[in-house]
Amino acid sequence: MNFEEQAGKSVLARAGVSVPQGRLCASAQEAEAAARAIGPVVVKAQVPTGKRGKSGGVKLAATPEEAAASAQAILGMEIGGFPVARVLVEEQAAIAREFYAAVLNDPASRSPLVLFSTEGGMDIEEVAATRPESLRRMAVDIRKGFGPADARRLLLGLDLGEAAVPVAAMLVDLYRVYRQHDAELLEINPLALLADGRVVPLDCKLTVDDAALYRQADIAELGAKEPLSALEERGRALDLKFIELEGNVGVLANGAGLTMTTMDVVSHAGGRPANFLEIGGEAYTKGTEALDLVLSNPGVKSLVVNFCGAFARTDVMAGGVIQAWKTLNPTIPVFFSIHGTGEDEAVRMVREELGIEPYDRMEDAISAAVEAAR
Amino acid sequence: MIVRKSDRVLVQGITGKQGTFWTEQMQAYGTTVVGGVNPKKAGQNHCGVPIFATAKEAMANGGFDVSVMFIPPAAAKAAAIDAIEAGAKTVVCLTEHIPSHDVMEMHAAAAEHGTRIIGPNTAGIVTPGEGFVGIMPAFNPRVFQPGRVGVISRSGSLGTLVCLNLVRGGHGQSAFLGIGGDPMIGTTTKDALAALIDDPGTDAIALVGEIGGSMEEEAAELVAKTDKPVVSFIAGRASPPGKKMGHAGAIVTGDRGSYASKRGALERAGAVVVDVPGDLPAALDALMAEAAKRSGAQRLAD
Repeated sequence: MNFEEQAGKSVLARAGVSVPQGRLCASAQEAEAAARAIGPVVVKAQVPTGKRGKSGGVKLAATPEEAAASAQAILGMEIGGFPVARVLVEEQAAIAREFYAAVLNDPASRSPLVLFSTEGGMDIEEVAATRPESLRRMAVDIRKGFGPADARRLLLGLDLGEAAVPVAAMLVDLYRVYRQHDAELLEINPLALLADGRVVPLDCKLTVDDAALYRQADIAELGAKEPLSALEERGRALDLKFIELEGNVGVLANGAGLTMTTMDVVSHAGGRPANFLEIGGEAYTKGTEALDLVLSNPGVKSLVVNFCGAFARTDVMAGGVIQAWKTLNPTIPVFFSIHGTGEDEAVRMVREELGIEPYDRMEDAISAAVEAAR
Repeated sequence: MIVRKSDRVLVQGITGKQGTFWTEQMQAYGTTVVGGVNPKKAGQNHCGVPIFATAKEAMANGGFDVSVMFIPPAAAKAAAIDAIEAGAKTVVCLTEHIPSHDVMEMHAAAAEHGTRIIGPNTAGIVTPGEGFVGIMPAFNPRVFQPGRVGVISRSGSLGTLVCLNLVRGGHGQSAFLGIGGDPMIGTTTKDALAALIDDPGTDAIALVGEIGGSMEEEAAELVAKTDKPVVSFIAGRASPPGKKMGHAGAIVTGDRGSYASKRGALERAGAVVVDVPGDLPAALDALMAEAAKRSGAQRLAD
């Protein structure tokens, strides 16, 4: 689950980290009022994605009137596919220096990784490429944690002057918040050293592990809702992994790997997959609901049913599809490829109850479906 | 990493529906299951083997080599650490959706105790004719036959399809290594490849990859160093970037983890990467014929 800047900062604030004063505003009037209370401000689009500055979603405003005009310009923009419905109106900080700080899950070391760079405001990939000497990284033993001594060691040799102490304290705080909230990523860019010596986060990017949301209920309400289509919402309610795409060949398969592969082969055969939908794992009994979901997309002109049963029994999945087919009575053609657990029974059922002969090679079933969708 | 009949297997969560079903399947196939774990039913028998309260108790009473976990996500960390601290050589973690911080704790404990974790989110490992651990259809002779091709896959369903294709093409398997679809799995593509390269029963390797992460790129270093033919299929070419495609590990962010990057790295290292999985057996035949010719020429030169 992603958190917009303002939501991420309120998670930091709840954990005792000092953040700049700011207000979330949904209109120019609200922004004007906020600026009147705060003073000179920065007006920032609130969307759960990066590159806001480059898209014109961040503006400085010296007066309440300017704040209103900036908010007016930013509200209603679209950034990274997200419509901007709210802006954060935040105090302008007297910035002396900008840094970069992050804590994230590192697949390579299979541990948390703390990153810090004296080059704030830039993409970290760019920093790593152009100023590698400014970048520090430390893999953390998650059972031991990351304390002040670790932070001092990480910062050793960087020219931070008196900022070294508050920066080290901030890194320890960030790690604590990351750990406390099952974050996959907590990134502060820029992390600012102010003229008065304080170190404060000017931005915040927070991603919390979806698999841990059950134990993060207190902050889950602050997270950004994933933008889902109506059909995707229905899929989620059914606990099915369903992603709607732009194509015309409906895909029903079991297991993430096989479903991705089915989409690949559809593309390779010159077609366009209409969806990702897998009914593997415990979902293999939901053939009826799954088929209904695929067929509800009006763009679907043909359907591939590709089962390769291991844990999931193909006879159970095929039974669900057959039942759904008889109920929904769709007019589009369907092409089956069925292998693995329960194969003989599943093939017999499809043959006898639908009068359709499953293909032996999945590539052939998919080519036929692509041809039929043309 | 390759399961052998001599490996003593403990089943954590043996008394549940899935635990029971797959324990019976493993036993019927020949896997040496020596016990199970369920703290509430310790002292009883299930599937003809004793149930222990903990993996440590199982280790103290007869011992085991491999533990396989039929454990829900919220309890997985404790179960894995129990097995690791008991001294398991290998833990096969089938569980999907374990919170990533828990997974990192599991890996840290495993690194300290020298335990290999396979998974999380793996369908397991199979050595046709010897045994299997997990939830793969080892007992289906159309999918698994004893042979000399080692198979690595992040996905159970796609791995099953590839094995089926290989058997149809006349190739049995020396081992199937399902390594799991999560972003932070204990045994990587490179680790699995190293095991198959070292295995005297393996003549060639089918490497089934996926978009996301950089494990295939890292494995390519070993592909370049081995004489064993390597064929590969990478899933996810048609997946839109930024979306998790069922597997948490299968997500392309920026240029990282892309299909092109993986395919390029493997091809530069000498592997043959096919467009569709059905082409794997023919690619394998061609590479193996070439390798045979080379070694024949070598023998003549000697």
